[in-house]
Amino acid sequence: MDFSYAPAPESRSIVDIRSSYGLFIGGEFVDGKGEPFKSINPASEEILADIACADAADVDAAVRAARHAYDTVWGPMPGRERAKYLFRIARIIQERSRELAVLESLDNGKPIRESRDVDLPLVAAHFFYYAGWADKLPYAGFGPDPRPLGVAGQVIPWNFPLLMLAWKIAPALAAGNTVVLKPAETTPLTALLFAEICRQADLPPGVVNIITGAGETGRLLVEHPGVDKVAFTGSTEVGRAIAKAVSGTNKRLTLELGGKAANIVFDDAALDQAVEGVVNGIFFNQGHVCCAGSRLLLQESVAEEFLTALKRRMAHLRVGDPLDKNTDVGAINSAAQLARIRELSLVGEDEGAERWSVPCELPERGFWFAPTIFTGVTQAHRIAREEIFGPVLSVLTFRTPDEAVEKANNTPYGLSAGVWTEKGSRILRIADRLRAGVVWANTFNKFDPASPFGGYKESGYGREGGRHGLEAYLEH
Amino acid sequence: MTLTAEVARSQGALRTFLHGLPGVDQVGAEQRAAMLGTRSIKTTAKAQALDLAIRMVDLTTLEGSDTPGKVRALCAKAVRPDPADATCPSAAAVCVYPAMIRVAAEALRGTGVHLASVATAFPSGQAPLAVKLADTRAAVADGADEIDMVISRGAFLAGRYAEVHDEIAAVKEACGGAHLKVILETGELATLDNVRRASWLAMLAGADFIKTSTGKVQPAATLPVTLVMLEAVRDFRAETGRIVGVKPAGGIRTAKDAIKYLVLVNETAGPDWLDPDLFRFGASTLLNDLLMQRTKLATGRYSGPDYFTLD
Repeated sequence: MDFSYAPAPESRSIVDIRSSYGLFIGGEFVDGKGEPFKSINPASEEILADIACADAADVDAAVRAARHAYDTVWGPMPGRERAKYLFRIARIIQERSRELAVLESLDNGKPIRESRDVDLPLVAAHFFYYAGWADKLPYAGFGPDPRPLGVAGQVIPWNFPLLMLAWKIAPALAAGNTVVLKPAETTPLTALLFAEICRQADLPPGVVNIITGAGETGRLLVEHPGVDKVAFTGSTEVGRAIAKAVSGTNKRLTLELGGKAANIVFDDAALDQAVEGVVNGIFFNQGHVCCAGSRLLLQESVAEEFLTALKRRMAHLRVGDPLDKNTDVGAINSAAQLARIRELSLVGEDEGAERWSVPCELPERGFWFAPTIFTGVTQAHRIAREEIFGPVLSVLTFRTPDEAVEKANNTPYGLSAGVWTEKGSRILRIADRLRAGVVWANTFNKFDPASPFGGYKESGYGREGGRHGLEAYLEH
Repeated sequence: MTLTAEVARSQGALRTFLHGLPGVDQVGAEQRAAMLGTRSIKTTAKAQALDLAIRMVDLTTLEGSDTPGKVRALCAKAVRPDPADATCPSAAAVCVYPAMIRVAAEALRGTGVHLASVATAFPSGQAPLAVKLADTRAAVADGADEIDMVISRGAFLAGRYAEVHDEIAAVKEACGGAHLKVILETGELATLDNVRRASWLAMLAGADFIKTSTGKVQPAATLPVTLVMLEAVRDFRAETGRIVGVKPAGGIRTAKDAIKYLVLVNETAGPDWLDPDLFRFGASTLLNDLLMQRTKLATGRYSGPDYFTLD
């Protein structure tokens, strides 16, 4: 029997989107002096709101507000008091999680199932986790009296807008810093709703400042002399430019950049669960994940069987309306990103890899790309080396564990990796030799606020999350 | 030689085959089942699912206190679950103890509702093979067209796979034309690796259906266990061409639960299994919740339990 699921849309009436948003500086929404831009829903190309753009004077005002709050309120405040604010913010996020999840899906294009079941629970968990550290910093292993750095300038990407905000703001505030944060220009809305939450929580003005704009605003922020600490998550290209700009200054820097993670499946893996893990590894969040398992390394002895199972499973992926509760894969975040995914996919074809896409109907409006795998890929292909940042999986094969490790490590990146085998000793041996900041065993894309996250090589430096994540925001 | 014959030729061959099946990662299987449990089935899809679920119910009474009166009432319920609504389909079957088959056969004659009987020293299976076979033959002779047998979990857990295999094969033969459902009693097998192996063992031995539980052991049917069994029937079909059904039984009480199982079927084994000939629910209280939800969907109002028959 054909069992087709009727549309099950999450109601968007829970969220009230204003027609225009200003900059959040010193606890107030103010107009920006730059040319305003629009944030659109990538699933429909509908305009959601006009967004202010911060110019140099606005960035300066935001940094001054943050400095003032640091000097007068937040810096001197005892950790146990800071903790109360963070706990309060965490609880408000939980209370308003449905609203935030719907807004995130509208602005970003990710399925509501993911924003509801992954992003929002993790966002709240991050604030709860770091709230707990605020009064225990002397016991974090960074000396008896670690001090905050001052003003943190933070620039975050569009793939997990609110979650990346949480990764940046929660540890910074817990450690006693104040922040100026710039969300990505395609996904500013949840950050601006977060600004309202800061007011709801009575957070002192200037402790959190949100400025919106494109790359130029970000550049102004990280280059501002009043910033003591720069934290960036985004592309390796921009990360490199930031590293150059910051060198020779006293600013501390952490970078979370790109990745081209190997997901290694051995012939003794739990096949069905490995298939699930590979699907989750690359198609979670439309593949807009820096730690996505975008290179599948299959042991040759199971390659054919595995690919059959993988394609069968992929055919069940439900691509479409991000607000439909049954959607597995949503919209590509922007026209520019879609163009890049298309371009690299064409390169893959030109280079002779075999392309297979899920046979699914894509909506006419909006930015869409069907989940795709390339087989017959070798290390020499560009699609095996460059980050596509979309729902495209490159499949390579290997014969021995040594070859698997060699291929997995043969990349300029080193953010994450996955190992699939039922043999415990093999997990330990392989994980030990993989040069990646995170190695998942028999799972993928699992996050926890207590677990540090970060990369090797061109994937960046510094760690976010856990006790380690505090270090980037403390003088010691 | 077919896979079935090749594997079944010795204890060693069976063991090698079953232990060579890919393992099951319990955490991963539970996550997959939980994720599918979040599917939101509404409006037309819900109406379709509720009617299908009703058609898949093996309405069951397996109590020491069963009487002819109780069984007749159950049969009437299976034939016309909702006397107030002629569009409501019948249940798939009635499932009773062997002593009740004649009564049920009489009540179900000409209705199209199947008659299933448990057999083989249900629920423990702790009886000599000769007794189990006699139990089966008697049930078929009395009019059961489906037999729900239990495997010897003791023999399975001790690794005596050939013994379990041969016993199932013998019962299958004793069934003649009756359909054989093999109860794995997954609550006693404990691990999902065992569930996968027992599923394959039962299918290799000739099972027409594999069934989770007797309902007498906790936990009974669960989504992860059913997921693994659905993967097994899917893979068995790909390997041999033969299609085997799945029956979760015990603990499925609400329409919401039943719909989760249908989603699991749809996205694991595939839509071919969305058919009462290939998927059943062993349940008693489930039927009334399905009826209540069905009425709610049609009328927009919930009726109280007093508006549905208690049989």
